[in-house]
Amino acid sequence: MQARFGSLLSFRWAAIALVLIGWFVYYPIVDNFIVSTTDQDIYTGEVTNVGLANYDRLLHDPIVLVALWNNCLYAIISVVFQVFGAFLLAALIEDLRSERWRRLWRAVYFVPSAISITVTGLLFYFIYQPQIGLLDAVLSRLGMGQLVQPWLGNEHTAIYAIIAMSQWQGFGYSTLLFAIAIQKIPRDLYDAATIDGAGALRRLWSITFPLTREMTGLMIIVTITGAFQVFNEVMVMTAGGPNNSSQVLGTWLYQKAFIEDNFGYGAAIAAVIFVLTMLTGAAQLWYTKRRRVQL
Amino acid sequence: MSATVAVGRARDVNVWAVIARTFLYSFLVCLGVVVIYPLIWMALNGFKDNAQIFGDPFALPAHWSWDNYIQAWNQGVRGYVTVSILVTVASAICTVLISAWTAFGLTRTKMPAKPLVIAIVLGGLMLSPTVAIIPLVKMLQALGLYNTYWALIILYTAFRVPFTTFLIRAYMLDLPSDLDEAATMDGASEGQIFWRITLPLCRPIIISCVILHVLFAWNEYLFAMIFTSGSDVQTLPVGLTSIMATHGTNYSVVFAAMTISALPIVIVFFAAQRYFIRGLSEGIGK
Repeated sequence: MQARFGSLLSFRWAAIALVLIGWFVYYPIVDNFIVSTTDQDIYTGEVTNVGLANYDRLLHDPIVLVALWNNCLYAIISVVFQVFGAFLLAALIEDLRSERWRRLWRAVYFVPSAISITVTGLLFYFIYQPQIGLLDAVLSRLGMGQLVQPWLGNEHTAIYAIIAMSQWQGFGYSTLLFAIAIQKIPRDLYDAATIDGAGALRRLWSITFPLTREMTGLMIIVTITGAFQVFNEVMVMTAGGPNNSSQVLGTWLYQKAFIEDNFGYGAAIAAVIFVLTMLTGAAQLWYTKRRRVQL
Repeated sequence: MSATVAVGRARDVNVWAVIARTFLYSFLVCLGVVVIYPLIWMALNGFKDNAQIFGDPFALPAHWSWDNYIQAWNQGVRGYVTVSILVTVASAICTVLISAWTAFGLTRTKMPAKPLVIAIVLGGLMLSPTVAIIPLVKMLQALGLYNTYWALIILYTAFRVPFTTFLIRAYMLDLPSDLDEAATMDGASEGQIFWRITLPLCRPIIISCVILHVLFAWNEYLFAMIFTSGSDVQTLPVGLTSIMATHGTNYSVVFAAMTISALPIVIVFFAAQRYFIRGLSEGIGK
């Protein structure tokens, strides 16, 4: 009896965490589904149950398709640059002879990742500006003046300009993680391969790539999850414009729920994001479980 | 220069290897310029006046005066920095303490149903703030926490406890337990073991967690934007967009404000790089 009481008492160690997470992380997700089946008048506080009407509206909303496509673009481009590009870059850096240079490059490329997305977003908002920006100035000096344009003001370039900023900011982070994974590969594998006459490319393909495959898999999943939650940089740089061309699911949710005060419809968009991130999250969990016996 | 060193070291001088190496080094340098130059440009623009900003973007400032930085600091940035420091420090302490308690309970006590508790805590990692935002607005309004520091401190803690618990728990699992067994023999309580033995032993991972949390809280935007509207409770990221809205035409002040908000975190990164990297490399399994 005493022992039983003692073991129940040890719940106190986790109590605060469980209450906090339950209250502020889990409960809102459940509540979100309830909100998504209602129409709320924020002025009178009146709530009407509308069933699945918000989801029906979602299926016929052309901007939802634009947003979903932009999230997919985000995912694809980020996987190319922040996973495969970062892998190659990390392999290149770790192949340098001097540890001092390796450390320098890793740190230099990481710097933008430490800075707030609000700052980098605003910075690139200025860089993309035709009057004062760096990009158009560089293009005209290189004799590519015909490309000069307001990158964020053009429906066809806005989302790509935002994604490009995001690659600039994020690739150093994944390069650092790949560098850490590469450092864990035993050096004698490389020495043996060199003695056998394997060139740099051969070593990259036959040693580095297979031995960091777990990290690559994980990074692909993390990157895709992140791409479906994108919000900050789009909000800061274009708020979804011009003409909704750079909307992503997160900013469309914000627009509907907080600018147009339509909580019910916003919650339905949130439910879509929830399902998408749960799918990638489940993939991640499965991947981690398979990788380590003890999580 | 590095290329010549490489040539000297190679036994048979292979022209193609030298060319490839030179090409790779130039690539690394060019990429470094692309990464760093925009940040330098940002800091330099903080020294220029508007006329200069509209002139040659590559020019150095005509006068090195701190006026724009002082103006930015006095027109709001000081307040935003204060709020950011307050929210970051408070939520870092709460997050790390609560996570360390939970990790201790999960690794060092006879808590029943551990797998379930682990599943609940770590499951929180998969839930994103975006999805919870609408119910949270209703909830915090009902609690009367809307537009207060508390909203941010509570939410930053709740959303970061899963990740931080995960890191500390992994570290505690690898700690040998003979010290606390000896302490139990001597009659120490669980509480004493936590404060006197386990927590001090976890110092390295605690530092990593604090740094990762500082990075998160200092830069967080979504919650800060939605839950604060008065300028006296806004953190830097939101404050910056307010400055942009009010001083939008005075570019140099905006650039100065951006530089001021980026600088502390870059300094933290370089000062604590070792802990930073440890936290990141252990955290990627999240």
